[in-house]
Amino acid sequence: MNLLEEVIHYYQTNQAGFWQATQQHLVLSSAAMLISLVVGLPIGIWIAHRTRIAQVTINIFNSLRVIPSLAILFLVLPYLGLGFTPSLVALTFLAFTPVLINTYTGLRGVDRSVIESATGMGMSKKQILFQIEIPLAIPAIVTGIRIASVEVISSATLASFIGGGGLGDFITRGFALFDVPIMLVGAIPVALLALASESVWSIFLFLYQKPYAA
Amino acid sequence: MQTSKVKPGELTTEGEPTHNNVIRSGEIVCQEVTKHFPENSRPAVDHVSFKVAAGDLVVLLGPSGCGKTTLLKMINRLYEPDQGQIWIGKEDIQTLPVNQLRRQIGYAIQQVGLFPHMTIWRNIAIVPRLLGWDEEKINMRCNLLLELVGLSPTYLGRYPRQLSGGEQQRVGLARALAADPQILLMDEPFAAVDAINRERLQSELLIIHRKLHKTILFVTHDVEEAFRLADKIIILKDGQLIQYGTPVEIVVKPENEFVAELVGSNNLLRKLSLFDVQSLLEAKQYERHNSFSKASFTSIQPQENLRTALSMLLESGAEQLHVVDNKGKSHGVITFQDLHRLLFEQFTSPAAELE
Repeated sequence: MNLLEEVIHYYQTNQAGFWQATQQHLVLSSAAMLISLVVGLPIGIWIAHRTRIAQVTINIFNSLRVIPSLAILFLVLPYLGLGFTPSLVALTFLAFTPVLINTYTGLRGVDRSVIESATGMGMSKKQILFQIEIPLAIPAIVTGIRIASVEVISSATLASFIGGGGLGDFITRGFALFDVPIMLVGAIPVALLALASESVWSIFLFLYQKPYAA
Repeated sequence: MQTSKVKPGELTTEGEPTHNNVIRSGEIVCQEVTKHFPENSRPAVDHVSFKVAAGDLVVLLGPSGCGKTTLLKMINRLYEPDQGQIWIGKEDIQTLPVNQLRRQIGYAIQQVGLFPHMTIWRNIAIVPRLLGWDEEKINMRCNLLLELVGLSPTYLGRYPRQLSGGEQQRVGLARALAADPQILLMDEPFAAVDAINRERLQSELLIIHRKLHKTILFVTHDVEEAFRLADKIIILKDGQLIQYGTPVEIVVKPENEFVAELVGSNNLLRKLSLFDVQSLLEAKQYERHNSFSKASFTSIQPQENLRTALSMLLESGAEQLHVVDNKGKSHGVITFQDLHRLLFEQFTSPAAELE
């Protein structure tokens, strides 16, 4: 049997476990993304109009960003124990920074003359935010979401180390048994999921910007 | 110059419900207006007072940093004055709700500031929509305005980045006129446009001004542009109002050396190039000479400048030029003597009429 056949064979004999792991992986990643968006977008918007606070906030999150994902997992372990919750916290933290920073830079990047003419025409701050600033910041914001989603999907494999489940289970199992096919049953779908997420957001961005791009 | 099929009456929206019209007059009065920015030691605008009559096109002229933009932005309250008051008609603008005030003052800036993610239609429709106009009325208005600024209605579905700089500025002008404001504030709107398009836009602005009788406050540092457009010019320096008068007054009687140098009062040909034939005729109070012989008929159009008139006098050797517009209508004559009088003597009213 060659490698690919072995991978397929393992998948066929462990179908139930595989789909359960995939589901766990997706739930974990989506939940982490959702929480980062719900928290990160409003904070990003709020700090975009407050330069001082923004600088401090962004510097803090940028410096925390250098902590490796695995380290975060083990750092939250003593406080949150094992399983889904600590994994979710670590992944949310991971996704939060790109969402926050891109929301901030996207809003700050809106042409000042556009804001000036909107103000001069008598649009309220709220109207300017929702009709001008956010629509124009969407490309940057979505880029942040894209980066975060790829990072979260691939890092969710690490959740397996602290009992968070997901496709990482196959990788750790394969590693423990020195069995490459089992590792690949986890690794290949993770790579495909990350690629899929990347593509979906890229296509969305392309379609969003297409009408008004020069 | 281009002719537009739009009739003047179609462009005003009389009979509009007035519940949200906070501005009913085009008259602007500034009294002792002062604005001090904390980062500068001297005020950006320093006790400036003036009155702009409804329907006038007044140019704020001065070198960069003279406070002309700051002054303009206080009229629509993008800046608030530290001292002094500004009235539009009988209303002190401080007493009006700021966004309602701005919706009734057209505003066009050098960078145009069109919204890149909105079609031209949506861009022009911004203020009418804020004012709650219905869709059909906005559509009619958009079509009229595009025609007025010389763009085809097919542009309505396009996006700003698909337009050239000159076209974008036209849309900017249409957008500023969208809700039919009494007052238009323009901050160096043509400065970033190439020379050929700038001249075209200037001519069109004059035509639009003549048609719609809006009060226009126009900021520029370009002396030629100021003289080309202005009914009256306000000259500012270091935040202070140095002189306020008609172009003729300013060239003939500059307040001080600064003004003389700025407008080139010492350079005769330059001085001549600042006036068009029409203004000399007005200065002559339309003294018509009926005794011209058709044999020596050298004609000139009223909008030509006086430097051209001088060259034509020199070239043809004729004693006078007959001023004839492009419809063949005679407006009178001008002579070499008239040019001389303009430069060295005072004409009496109307051109030299003082505030």
